[in-house]
Amino acid sequence: MVGIVVVSHSERAAEGIAEIAAEMAGDTRIEPVGGDGKGGIGTVPDAIEAAIDAAAGGEEEESDADGGEEDEGDADGVVVLVDLGSAVMNADVAVELSDAEAVIADAPVLEGAVNAAVAATDPSATVESVREQAEAARDIEKL
Amino acid sequence: MSDDGAAVVAAVEAVAERIEAERDHLTQLDSAIGDADHGGNMARGWAEAADAARDLDDPDPETVAKTVGKTLMSEVGGASGPLFGGSLVFAAGELDGGITPETAVAFAETYLEKVEDRGDARVGDQTMVDALTPAVHTFKKSIEVDNLPPIEALAKAVDAAERGVAFTVPIRARKGRASYLGWRSVGHQDPGATSTLFILEELLAVAAERLGVDVPETDAASPTIPDEDPDDAGGSEDD
Repeated sequence: MVGIVVVSHSERAAEGIAEIAAEMAGDTRIEPVGGDGKGGIGTVPDAIEAAIDAAAGGEEEESDADGGEEDEGDADGVVVLVDLGSAVMNADVAVELSDAEAVIADAPVLEGAVNAAVAATDPSATVESVREQAEAARDIEKL
Repeated sequence: MSDDGAAVVAAVEAVAERIEAERDHLTQLDSAIGDADHGGNMARGWAEAADAARDLDDPDPETVAKTVGKTLMSEVGGASGPLFGGSLVFAAGELDGGITPETAVAFAETYLEKVEDRGDARVGDQTMVDALTPAVHTFKKSIEVDNLPPIEALAKAVDAAERGVAFTVPIRARKGRASYLGWRSVGHQDPGATSTLFILEELLAVAAERLGVDVPETDAASPTIPDEDPDDAGGSEDD
């Protein structure tokens, strides 16, 4: 099963988006993560890495850049949705640090998360198919 | 080995002190084109990083670099966290054999590569890349082609970075928050390039101090970098 991580500068926004996406997600793991770790607006790579590991079904543990214990979890990888600017860079660092197979979707964070959640319920879903569906959200027209 | 580790800790402490001293200057540069947080963020991050480095027990250079990188990543915030900190975490691995001219070049190249990839910026985008790229290229050439002593190579790299900082003034920002200003970013010195120069200057000063030599003179004429008066912070915009 493919896991999903929702990254926002606001922890509450990430939680809210994950809550909306979870409506469509069956038993897919959706991990919200955000905020600067001190109650403010921002993102932190370590926290995103922990969310990726959790969405991958692995243990949440401090991994370090040189690997150590490989723990890829039991998921078929993780798709990461991000909001703005430095969240993209911090998620990129986290993906590189994590042992799980994770990719960032170039998609609007809320619509992308909902699309990804739907795509992840397909028994044959892969990180690529889920990322593709998340990125299809760029073409959603609302009016 | 541990002597190299101690040198890196000393360098981190010197950088933290310098960034703190330049806090208002960096904030003022950032307030012209960004969100005015570069000085505070960097000063806080490097202070924490210096503490973390000091707390290590007889560390090797790789461990110090990785610890500092991780601290910057979690403390600096904004894009500077992943750029300055993340790049350091990944480049640290190049120092696992200690500090030699070869590992220093590899470290510098990996650091630059990570900054370029992560920030998706190239020379001419009015970012830290404008200071970092000429510095790294100059360092590599000085070591590998000109066979200069590492301290002279580093002095040349600092000189190149200084010219890179001056280069950011007349160009237009293509990345980061400053790019939202379009042509109005022209005429402003990039804060990230400036703090990159300060870091390199401190590495050079600490290296010279530990070798017991004066900071080498480079023959290139250094440009004058417009030094806006920090006392003016929050004042009127430059026209």
